[in-house]
Amino acid sequence: MDSVTQHNTQQAQRQAAMAVLAHAEAGEIAARLRNVPLPGHQDLREPESGLVMLRGRVGGDGAPFNLGEATVSRAAVRLASGEVGFGYTLGRDGEKARLIALCDALVQSRDFAAAVEREIVAPLREQLMVKRSREAEETAATKVDFYTMVRGEG
Amino acid sequence: MYVAVKGGERAIENAHRLLANARRGDQSVAEVSLDQISEQLGLAVDRVMSEGSLYDRELAALAIKQARGDLIEAIFLVRAFRATLPRFGASEPVDTGAMRVQRRVSSTFKDIPGGQILGPTFDYTHRLLDPSLSQGFVPEVPAVAEASTAPTPRVTDILGRDGLIETSPQAEDGASVGDLTREPLNFPADRDLRLQNLARGDEGFLLAMGYSTQRGYGRNHPFAGEIRFGEVEVEFAAEDVGFAVPLGSIELTECQMVNQFKGSATEAPCFTRGYGLAFGQSERKTMSMALVDRALRARELGEEVGAPAQDEEFVLSHSDNVQATGFVEHLKLPHYVDFQSELGLLRKLRKEFAEASTEADASDAMKEAAE
Repeated sequence: MDSVTQHNTQQAQRQAAMAVLAHAEAGEIAARLRNVPLPGHQDLREPESGLVMLRGRVGGDGAPFNLGEATVSRAAVRLASGEVGFGYTLGRDGEKARLIALCDALVQSRDFAAAVEREIVAPLREQLMVKRSREAEETAATKVDFYTMVRGEG
Repeated sequence: MYVAVKGGERAIENAHRLLANARRGDQSVAEVSLDQISEQLGLAVDRVMSEGSLYDRELAALAIKQARGDLIEAIFLVRAFRATLPRFGASEPVDTGAMRVQRRVSSTFKDIPGGQILGPTFDYTHRLLDPSLSQGFVPEVPAVAEASTAPTPRVTDILGRDGLIETSPQAEDGASVGDLTREPLNFPADRDLRLQNLARGDEGFLLAMGYSTQRGYGRNHPFAGEIRFGEVEVEFAAEDVGFAVPLGSIELTECQMVNQFKGSATEAPCFTRGYGLAFGQSERKTMSMALVDRALRARELGEEVGAPAQDEEFVLSHSDNVQATGFVEHLKLPHYVDFQSELGLLRKLRKEFAEASTEADASDAMKEAAE
């Protein structure tokens, strides 16, 4: 695998992990992290809360416009082996941002990537999928089935 | 001369203590929790997030509790809070076409791909008060059906394929996105700024403005092309990370209004559009917003401009309920000095009036005497 492909693959893995972790609660991530023997690590950036301006598009698919802001928390963590992880999440839970940053650092580590996927990301993804498919089924039950009334039958 | 007015501190302090008690109400009644507000008064939370212009359910719930349910006061509190936080940047524009749809209806096409999905709606309820909700109500579990994997394209995309509807205006390369929280609004305002203003505008004001277009003040023949509500993913291109970071998802409502045609000697006639987008499940808001967005395009579309809803300066200057309430409610604050000067002026005018009358009487009397 050439270095560019490798970089893209790792970026895709990191994004995929972040996409799952951002939907989890801090407590759930922390509980699952206990199943992974953690290497030494330190906060590179203490958790902080701020705002991100959320954008929509005119007509849904046109030029962007500013819809309104959202609270966002972020943090950065460095492993003793040097990998730097970033955590960003909607909301004001700085601890959750720190946990995501730690997971992101671990995902980049040859020694820990598999364990993080197996112990943390995969189960949380499964949980998220179950929740979403349940919601999709409930939504599907409210879909209208039109039928045509035929007058003067028989 | 300035006259320092002191002596209100004790009264103010005690008034706030009294407010805290009034807010809590009868203490033998259970206190309402933020979770209860967020879960059971969800649409109030959605409105406070939209008009407070800050997506954070917990903060909106706190604001509603602190404001004793006064939503405009809650919106004010949320706006004030947002000013205390640093801004990290702007998100990638959300893709409402990829929404995990919980509700999606069209009044223009019965058989839209993906179907008409009613979702959790007040529509078709009988609007009769339900006494069973007064205590201990446990709803039936929701019905389920096999979920479809079929895509739910926007109705405007379907019409767009045949060129029957105008396309959305695209941004020019390198164009910046207007932000009225950073720069004061100037007129004429571009569509991005107008939509930002309307998205945080007062629902009641937009409802009245939208309604006025339907009643003939700037009529534009609207159809609800599509209303959809559901979850969209948010991504933020974080510079330190070097790629677009997923932040989680938010709930949005989108309304695509399809309006009367435009055309010219060189362009075939096609439907025009108005657009509405808001946080949470905010259907009335987005429908009103789309009507007003379309009305405000009158000049661009070469229509006669005369109705209030078509007047950009009028609509955009009066849509913000925090600004409006600030100016209206400031009237109740002490204006003693202003009023004293008005009173002084009035007394002077009355004195002049009285003197003039006396002189007139005197001169009349002289005339009579002469005759």
